[in-house]
Amino acid sequence: MMQQRAVPTAPSSGPPAHVMRGVIAMGSWRLNDKKSAIEVEKAGLSRDMALIREARDRAAFARLFGHFAPRIKGFLIKSGTEPSVAEDCAQDVMVTVWKKAHLFDPARASVATWVFTIARNRRIDLARREKRPEPEDLGWGPEPDQTQDETLVMQQDSERLGTALAALPDAQRLLIEQCYFGELSHRDIADVTGLPLGTIKSRIRLALDKLRHAMGSTP
Amino acid sequence: MTIKHHLTESLLMGYAAGSLPEAFNLVVASHVSLCDDCRAAVESYEALGGAVLDDAQVAMAEDGLADCLARLETAAAEVETAPPAPRSANQAHSLPAPLRDYVGGDMDAIRWRPVGGGVKQAILRTSESASARLLFIPAGSAVPDHGHRGVELTMVLQGAFADATDRFARGDVEIADEDLEHTPIADIGADCICLAATDAPLRFRSLIPRLLQPFLKI
Repeated sequence: MMQQRAVPTAPSSGPPAHVMRGVIAMGSWRLNDKKSAIEVEKAGLSRDMALIREARDRAAFARLFGHFAPRIKGFLIKSGTEPSVAEDCAQDVMVTVWKKAHLFDPARASVATWVFTIARNRRIDLARREKRPEPEDLGWGPEPDQTQDETLVMQQDSERLGTALAALPDAQRLLIEQCYFGELSHRDIADVTGLPLGTIKSRIRLALDKLRHAMGSTP
Repeated sequence: MTIKHHLTESLLMGYAAGSLPEAFNLVVASHVSLCDDCRAAVESYEALGGAVLDDAQVAMAEDGLADCLARLETAAAEVETAPPAPRSANQAHSLPAPLRDYVGGDMDAIRWRPVGGGVKQAILRTSESASARLLFIPAGSAVPDHGHRGVELTMVLQGAFADATDRFARGDVEIADEDLEHTPIADIGADCICLAATDAPLRFRSLIPRLLQPFLKI
């Protein structure tokens, strides 16, 4: 568990200019102001990323490692990677986090999202030895006076999404997870689960609709 | 520029999850470069990926952290690498950045090969599971009537084309499957350039193109 830290103060004014970028970054998933113990932990992750980025802080890296390395390893194993290879690759991913810390923009993604994209790209490279085309960079730099607000919004959204996912019925949550763990197409999932393709698609859609609803917007 | 024809939810999710073949990833990355709505959706699905990580925890080896900290020593040198400069935004006659990487330049660097009727193509190098190519359709011309064995994604990069279903302009993606037999015709105003990706060879209705198919690699 992360040691607990103070959360940055919530913005006191109404939705400022960051909303536009927040909406773009998070699609239709909106913010609220609820706080929880886990949120304090997530705030810690984002603080630790800042410490790595700005001070090359190894203690902060060790805390991020404690949080993310087991998750990355589990993600790789569930995606079909040998445990010994997964251990090594999880370390690779964490080294990449250290090396690319200056590219992390807390106003555009939570730490968990960013780490997921690095782990996903590592998995694609591992499984298929192919590159992954990335979209053109929009070149939005964070505006210094808004970064704190946007970072908070990202943490809150990220936390609420985790809660919403955990609250899904098992069958729906597992289908969503199968979409992320590995190379399974909907057709493959149908084969594995024995469910007809139409049922798979409608269950995934239902699960996504529930998540959107939980994030405060209608599909 | 208003994009009318977007990507499907499962393509956007598959791109975020990393489960699509490279050729389809290329279409998604190119479309997302031009489309803020689909970019937002991809980023949302990536956030969902971040949340999914919470359910996948396997303990690291005891000396995992120590090993990793040791590796930071050698990694430190690369820290100062600057982020890639944001590239020129989307001028109407330039290729989206991910495509420029595959072409090795912009529109003028495409190495076209004629395939008959004034239509030209350039095959892009991707992994085997699906193929990607650029198509040049002269203004007012048609691509031979064809159906599809698998899924074909066609994204317009320049000009526009129309078929029985609708009209498609820059940024639009037509998603065709086994059920669609179509004859895309380029608008009369400008030559049409498209990016097409398919996970199975096209199936032409008339005999001659069908015989040529293995040689054209489409």
